[in-house]
Formats: sequence, structure tokens, C-alpha cells
Amino acid sequence: MGKRVGIEVSLAIAEAAKMADVDVIAAYPITPQTHIVEHMAEIVANGDLDAEYIPVESEHSAMSACLGSSATGARTFTATAGQGLELMHEVLYVASAMRLPIVMAVANRALSSPLNVWGDQSDLMAVRDVGWIQIICENGQEAFDHTICSFRIAEDNRVLLPVMVHCDGFYLTHVVEPIEFPTQEEVTNFIPKFKYPLPLDTSKPVSMGCFAPTFIYTEAKKAQEVNILNSKKIIQEHWDAFGKAFGRYYHPVESYRTEGAKTLLLTLGSFGETAMTAVDKMRDEGKSVGLLKLRLWRPFPYQELRKAVGNAENLIVVDRALSFGGCGGPAYSEVRSALYSEKNHPKVVGFVAGLGGRDITVTEFENMVKRAPQIANTGAENEYEMFGVRE
Amino acid sequence: MDNIGVYAARVAPKFDGLAPGHRACIGCGEALAVRIAMKAMGPNIIIANATGCMEVISSQLPATGWDVPWIHTLFENNSAVASGIESALKVLERKGKVPARGTKVVAMGGDGATSDIGFQALSGALERGHDFLYLMFDNEAYMNTGIQRSSATPWGASTTTSPAGKKSIGQKTQKKNMAAIVAAHEIPYVATACPSYPFDMMEKVKKGLAVNGPAFINVFSVCPTGWRSAVDLSVRLGRLAVQTGVFPLYEVVNGKYKITVEPSPMRPVQDYLKLQGRFRHLSENDVKEIQERTIHEYNMLKARTTC
Repeated sequence: MGKRVGIEVSLAIAEAAKMADVDVIAAYPITPQTHIVEHMAEIVANGDLDAEYIPVESEHSAMSACLGSSATGARTFTATAGQGLELMHEVLYVASAMRLPIVMAVANRALSSPLNVWGDQSDLMAVRDVGWIQIICENGQEAFDHTICSFRIAEDNRVLLPVMVHCDGFYLTHVVEPIEFPTQEEVTNFIPKFKYPLPLDTSKPVSMGCFAPTFIYTEAKKAQEVNILNSKKIIQEHWDAFGKAFGRYYHPVESYRTEGAKTLLLTLGSFGETAMTAVDKMRDEGKSVGLLKLRLWRPFPYQELRKAVGNAENLIVVDRALSFGGCGGPAYSEVRSALYSEKNHPKVVGFVAGLGGRDITVTEFENMVKRAPQIANTGAENEYEMFGVRE
Repeated sequence: MDNIGVYAARVAPKFDGLAPGHRACIGCGEALAVRIAMKAMGPNIIIANATGCMEVISSQLPATGWDVPWIHTLFENNSAVASGIESALKVLERKGKVPARGTKVVAMGGDGATSDIGFQALSGALERGHDFLYLMFDNEAYMNTGIQRSSATPWGASTTTSPAGKKSIGQKTQKKNMAAIVAAHEIPYVATACPSYPFDMMEKVKKGLAVNGPAFINVFSVCPTGWRSAVDLSVRLGRLAVQTGVFPLYEVVNGKYKITVEPSPMRPVQDYLKLQGRFRHLSENDVKEIQERTIHEYNMLKARTTC
């Protein structure tokens, strides 16, 4: 049996990587990810983990070093945030296309300019198409659990894809939470030994990252797409195994008090906890409101989402990022598109809220529920609104 | 040893890490340089290759020219990828997850990948002290994308983005001194080499691979396509670059400079310049300026070897 520990979530994420016995960590500091990589460095410095810690000179090099390390067959971990994730951008595509099972914690943060280091999911949404499996955590326990579980998912030979574990910067990374720690033995039993099928090895030379002319590029991309789509059921398989081993079960879309609800809120990440309190309050007042939480962002859980939405009349998607001049919040436009083919889909309204670390309170979720029908019935070209803008 | 050329092929190691049949241009100095480097390095290496001519000519799917483990990812990150490979080998061997075979890590890239876009990653890897050898194949411009100027392009050379014209001499800046910049990182081994001097080059590659810590070799790689020179002159142009003092061959071992091939008597730079279309537009005065600068720089280098 493990134990319950009061610990800062960043430190818990680093402890999870330690329990996963990672071989190589390549990282560059950026707020609000710093506590993760500082603690990782401390763990290695104290000899609590036998690993190589590469203190690289940029995030571009952090992810590049991860490519080399993972391709050599080492279990590889890193963490970043905001601008750092953007600086890695092109390298992220390479990691997924070359099937390198790197695990990365992302402390989600706003993007410049103006400079802002606080919680926001603009960085997350900017990397949605890079081919990584992407999991969005709601609280510290999830951040810890998914860091451990993601190594098992990433390194499964049927998957072999890198995984991002998203945690809202500050809202999750800098809070102290009670977290259930399993024993080392339990974690060791849960994550099989990493054996990359074709590593860089002089006894069996391989060429990795070859040049693909037009006659083969499309086929390579199709193979990659099939691979990530197929990973969805394998992710669930590992989440089920995790539940069996540790008693906490995870699903691509979580429902909270949705029974018979006419209006549903949909959130990603730490918004979920506040929204649950808001739903409780509204339910107590006799309002027919429930909550959906999107945990698996890539591969996108179409079926699970459609099923979870059920017969709701209104769906309110709350984004913590904006697609400028586009379709409002990125999650909003994807959710709406996912429901378009449904016969009786709900009216989908979007709010963009909480940018750059602005708090969204219980009252504000209540206000969104009140405001949504007005937007839904305006017939505006895009039924979304930036919420809480001071004018 | 006047006829060393006759025996050279027999003396060099038989190992060819880069298989025949690559797609390089006729007379490619870089392909020759890579072949010579591979002979010196042998099969117990892992290569991290930057995007560029070498990657494109050797790895077009579904074929590969490499008989050693080889990885290409992006343009500017081969030093960082090499850092990851080296660290992974270290820890995996320590943990007994892979057998200790003494495998060495080699990063290679062109002058653009090294002295421009990958400069930061290179400096970072050198500063961190990773045990790897960096080979910069220097053909003095972005040849893979069509002969655009880089910071390694010499003054006066005409390229597609530094064209000579009524109001321009061509490249307006002096060639970046990569060996000196790398040497400032105080790494154990830095050298310049040229495949026109194959044994000097093989010796340096072996030394670079043997040291514990980072090593860097700036390999002069004649490019007939980009330099507008005859395809059968590549080896001769390499020799002329050395004999005119334009590209001196030296090494810096633990901070100590040593010239390995003395260009004496030093030939006039015009012997080297006149065989290349990229310098065709230069006036007598321009050539004089290059001559003076070449002698000045050579003397500066010479001064370093005596201190």
C-alpha cells in the first residue's frame, strides 16, 4: 500500500517520473514549469535516481536531445510551458512522426505578447496538431497518475507515440494537494521495461529520419494518422489497468451530474473543479445543469463525446485559449464540429475565459449558464463570446 | 613519399560507412570528405546528421547509404540530438541496459547548419562537455537550397543571396572563424581538415574521436556546383586553398595550436581564386585585398602556434 502525501503538484510530477525510473531528462527552465525540472535535478543530484540530466540551452534543444535519447532506447522525460512549448514546435512533429515515446509534462501558460507567465491553454492549443497523445489533467492526483501511466501508454509497441501531460500552470503546478503515492514496487510492476524495437545500436545499424519525396510522404503521414487513431482504445486499456492497480479510473470524457441535464458545461483542465462546485450549486437550486470534462484531447474522443452529450439542449464549451479571427475557442470549434453530424445535437455556445491566469469563479460559471441562451439565439455568425472582458 | 597517391588507396582502411550510389553532384568534395572520415572512424559510431546536402543525397526513402546507426531530425539541432544519444548511451551502459561497446557519437552538418542556424545548439553541447565529435562540412554556402550565402562564405564570393552586381562585390563580410570560436569553448580537440589531404584528415578524425569530451573539425569541402568550378578540380582546389593560405590546416590540442601542413612557399591566392566562377567578377585590387588579408590571418594563426 502506498501513502497519502501533501505535496506541491510540480514535485509530485517529478516524483512520478522518478518512480518511472527515467533514464534521461533534458530540460530548460521556464515559469511555471521550473519546480518540476528543479526537483528532477535534485533527485538526480542526490542519487535517488540513476539518470542523465541534460541542462540544455533552449527548449528546442531540450526536445532535440529527447529525440536522440529516446531513439537510443532510453526512457526519456522532459517538461516545459508556454513559450518553451512554442520554441519546441517543429521538434514535436519529429518526435511523433519518428515514433519516439517521450513523456512531457506541460505547465500550461499564456503566450506572449504581452508577456504573461500565468495559467492559460494557448500553448496547448497551438500544439494540438503535432501528432502527440495529449492528456489534460484536472488536479494534482491526475497529474501524478497520468505521468506514470503515460510511460506505459507511450512505450506500448502498438502505440510508440510521445505523450503530453497537460497541467494548468500555477492552478495545478504551484498548489499543494493531498496525493496518493503508490509504492515503488507497484509502479515498477505497472510499467514494463522499456525496449525500443529498433534503437540506434551499432550491432544492428538503422537509418532514422530519412528523406521522403512526394511518392512516399503521403503514405507515411497516413500510417501516422492510423497509428494515433488506433491508440485511443489502447490508451483506455492502460487506463483500465491503472484503475485496477491503483483504484482510480480514467476516461476520455468524464461526466459530472449530467443525468437528465438540459444544459451542459464542458471544460478542460483545472476549470473542472470550480465548474463542479458551480454545478452542485445550480442543481441545489433546481437548475438542470451538468458538466463534461474533456481529458483526452488527442486522439480526439468523438464517440465518447457524442455519447456523453446525449440529449442535452445546450452545450457550453469554456476555452482557456483563443483562435484569433477564427472560430472562437479551439475546443469549442472542435466540439461543435464533432456534434454536427448528430441528428439532435445541442446548441453549442462558446466562452473564452480565464486568459493569462484570470480566475474564473463559481459565480462566473453560473453567469455563463445564464448568458448562453442569449448568445445561442442571436444567430450571430459565430456563437461565442470572450467572457469577463473589462470595458 | 612523392608517390603516396599511388599507394594511398591501399593504406587507407577498407571500411566504407557510406555506401556507393549516393546522389551527390559529380566532383562533390563533401561526399569525398565523409568517405574519408568514415574510414577513420570505423563502424563503432552513431551519427546525428543535420538537414543538408549529405542527408538528402544519402537517405532518400526507401534506400539508405549508411552502414552505421544514423539519425536525421532537423536542420539546427544535430548537436542537441547528439547530446541526447551520448547521454543515453552513458546511462544505459551504466545501468547495464546495453552492453558497453565504446560506441562514439558523431554529429555532422554543413556550414549553414553549424555556423548559422545550429550555432546555439553546438555551443550548448560543447559547453556541457558531451563526449562527441562534430564534423562541419564547410562548402561555404547553403548549397542544398541553391547556393545562398552563409556566415562561412568568404568575402567577395558571389552567391544567390550575395550576388555580385554593379553595386555589390558579392559577399560583403569575412568568413566566420568557426575553429577559433569553437576553440574558445576550451574543448580538448579542434582542427581544420581537407579531404585533399586524406591522411592528415584521417589522423585528425581519429584524434577527435579518441579524446574524452567534445571535438570539432572544420572540414573544407569543395563544391563544384556552388563554386562554379570544374568537376575534376575538386581535389586540386582543396590543395590550392591550403597552399595559398586561404584555408590553413591546423589543430588545437588542449588549447595548443599547431599547423599540420605548412604552405611553404605560399602560393598567390589568385591561383586558387581564378579557377572558380564565384570569384570571377573580382578586380585586381579585390584580389590584392584578399591576398593581404590571407597573409595577415595566416600570420595571426602562426603567432598563436608560438605562444
